[in-house]
Amino acid sequence: MIRIGKLPIAVFALGIIIFPWLAREITAISHYTDIMVFVGIYCLITIGLSLLMGYAGQISIGHAAFYGIGAYVSAILTTRYGLNPWFCMFIAVLITGGIAFLVGAPSLKLKGHYLAMATLAFGVIVYIIFNEEAGWTGGPDGMSGIPGLSLFGFEFDSIERYYYLVWGFVFSAFIFTVNLIQSGTGRALRAIHASEPAANAMGVDISRFKILVFVYSAILASLAGSIYAHYLNFINPSTFDLFFSIKLLIMIALGGMYNIWGAIIGAGLITFLSYEWLHYFKELEVIVYGAILLLVTIFLPKGLVGVPEIAKGWFRR
Amino acid sequence: MTVVNGENILEIQGVVVVFGGLMALSNLSFQVKKGMIKAIIGPNGAGKTTLFNVITGSFPPLKGSIRFKGRSIEHLKAHKIADRGVSRTFQTVELFGNMTVLENVMLGCHTRVRTSFLSSGLYLPGARRKEEEMREKAVKILKFIGLADKFEEPADNLPLGEQKMLEIGRALATEPELICLDEPAAGLNETETYVASSLIKAINARGITVLLVEHDMKVIMNISDEIVVLNYGQKIAEGTPEAIRNHPRVIEAYLGSEA
Amino acid sequence: MEKITLAGQLFQYLITGLTVGSIYAMVAVGFNIIYNVTEIINFAQGEFVMLGGLIMVFFHVTVGLPLILAFPATVILVTLVGILLDRLAINPIRQPTVLTLIIATIAASILLKGTAMFIWGKDPYDLSAFSGRSPISVFGAVIQPQYLWVIGFLIVIVIILSIFFNRTIIGKAMSACADNPDAASLVGINVKQMILLSFALSAAIGAVAGITVTPISLMEYDRGAMLAVKGFGAAVLGGLGSFPGAILGGLIIGAIESFGAGLISSGYKDAFALIVLLVVLFFKPSGILGSIEISRIKRF
Repeated sequence: MIRIGKLPIAVFALGIIIFPWLAREITAISHYTDIMVFVGIYCLITIGLSLLMGYAGQISIGHAAFYGIGAYVSAILTTRYGLNPWFCMFIAVLITGGIAFLVGAPSLKLKGHYLAMATLAFGVIVYIIFNEEAGWTGGPDGMSGIPGLSLFGFEFDSIERYYYLVWGFVFSAFIFTVNLIQSGTGRALRAIHASEPAANAMGVDISRFKILVFVYSAILASLAGSIYAHYLNFINPSTFDLFFSIKLLIMIALGGMYNIWGAIIGAGLITFLSYEWLHYFKELEVIVYGAILLLVTIFLPKGLVGVPEIAKGWFRR
Repeated sequence: MTVVNGENILEIQGVVVVFGGLMALSNLSFQVKKGMIKAIIGPNGAGKTTLFNVITGSFPPLKGSIRFKGRSIEHLKAHKIADRGVSRTFQTVELFGNMTVLENVMLGCHTRVRTSFLSSGLYLPGARRKEEEMREKAVKILKFIGLADKFEEPADNLPLGEQKMLEIGRALATEPELICLDEPAAGLNETETYVASSLIKAINARGITVLLVEHDMKVIMNISDEIVVLNYGQKIAEGTPEAIRNHPRVIEAYLGSEA
Repeated sequence: MEKITLAGQLFQYLITGLTVGSIYAMVAVGFNIIYNVTEIINFAQGEFVMLGGLIMVFFHVTVGLPLILAFPATVILVTLVGILLDRLAINPIRQPTVLTLIIATIAASILLKGTAMFIWGKDPYDLSAFSGRSPISVFGAVIQPQYLWVIGFLIVIVIILSIFFNRTIIGKAMSACADNPDAASLVGINVKQMILLSFALSAAIGAVAGITVTPISLMEYDRGAMLAVKGFGAAVLGGLGSFPGAILGGLIIGAIESFGAGLISSGYKDAFALIVLLVVLFFKPSGILGSIEISRIKRF
């Protein structure tokens, strides 16, 4: 297993910190900071999903639902009841975690295709609810007027301030997840992935771990959703559809699911593809995603993170 | 055999297991005294691995009871049975190929050294200490089984003999009172078999009861205190190695009924 | 004008349910054919239906071919797509794990959807009904003749498949592959060819579903996903791998959806089938006609 070293994290942190300054200086990329906010939001989701898929060996094609629940709970509680956004974020985490537990417990007993379909069905049901319960969610028109975030009077009212907030969250989640992977919990997950009968025989409560990771990934997605809602001040159901769940899958597959860095790489590349490089070719977007996913599955099953390993293999020959 | 104080650590009573119309285990009963090495032998398909699977909780028996240290375990899930103190190895080695030798054994410590999700993620001092604890335990076990120089080796890279040792080491990390070894000598050459037998005796010397499935008769006769013979899911004989060696039904089962 | 009685209303829902259920049954049958031979669940199954509808629109409306020619042309073209899917997406995978195959068929489904969006845009397309749109009145219900075409085609497909699998050599070879691929290849059956055939057959059936349903509910580029999930629900409800189960499952889900939309809430129409799927998966994954052993033994 690839050890996740401290140096790359420090270097990356440095890069993230100076990036907005760089963007300000170079006009051509000055809008990149805004894109990077989205990259950060998506990273929060992909970090959790990567743990679920790569380490625990499960699949979810319904994570857009948790993203959406986080967003809508934050939106509804702040706009309707005027509650403090941070408190609402916390409530959203509790609600999403609870739903993830209720859905996860029966679902994670299923394997392979059954699990994939169950998560897909769940994701679509939640999407339908967002669209239908207009009394709460505003229906297809969405909800607007969602307040921004502020901390002790410090307003997060600019793109750059949001950038640092989001990436602060991302690094916290990243380090927490890395710690998990390198602990007994991470070992248990890898054991489950390698051989369930042996893990069982050694005392690992497999369903407990699967549910734990599932709920954890749902909580991260919920945080991402809340942050998203407060950033855009507007949400609508189309953001949280099946296609977004599949886009998350593509991010993980492209980056590589067996290494947490893959989550960051995948989220970064696909987000830039979506907002920047394919901006003028919207009709091709879906085809490109499909092609990327297919090519990665056939030729790079370990994702981009696995490329150094492949290259090493070539040079040895 | 270590000093046996006469009490049973494992009691199998009237166990029946059926697979799609086939009776894999039929009204099976026997006891294992604490501290002994008991062997299960029988021709292929006699139900030996099925017996291990039902003892260690892979699935419940259709009928019958299994009592470990006086408490019934036949309805418990595998990981709970491991918690109670029963561990096992597998007929076809089931190592965690995606981890190193050391990590495989550290996983075995899982059931005795519990870390919480939160303290692991936050890398709290408590979690760090427990990780160190597990590491030390694993190192000790690896030294005991003779793999001390291969900590960082990916488990998949080991030769078969060492893989089997590693599996035993991993099982030992759960601090079992009863260890079920499924064909520990299968596929091993003479030297490796000798090492394995010595290891089993050393494990028993530490007070751990051993339940052993094996085909290698030399090993069986050499280290077992008692033997149970299965054929077609039924117990056809039980007794000391000498008694079994000359038992007519055992000879018949292995050689066919022309003898 | 006749007054619509409650009985008539309910009968209306039933017929609609059986019609849309026939579509789900066809998708479910398609799932089963591929699953039986390969144990793969083809997430792109719904795209075959979508392509059937849109390509039919192309041949019949855009190019102007008469129905009798456009129909087989469409089926052949979609069958080719199915073959391409096997050759390009499934066959090339060197280390097929369950996760990889799931992702591969998802990738294929997005590719097909993206291509359809590129070619046809996001608008829904209509087809003229096969025998006109004058409604037939049966037991107080008002039925579009096209409904009967859909149900009729399902029956035809069932008959053809029964003959194929039970009476023809190729069909029996496919069944053999399903039961035991190793033994089948030992007696000389080319398993890879059988896999190809299973994709081709599923695509053809999906195409028929798409062609027959478009005059009723139109067709657009992104209909595939929901059809696939509901068709999967039908297959699982009936027992994955069982053809009578697929038919039964499809009709039941169609009926539940229709009655649910009519009596409870039309906005939640799609949710009914999904809820049924979840209930089946959570409580009886072997389905109505499947057996628990089969669902455990089938390597997943």
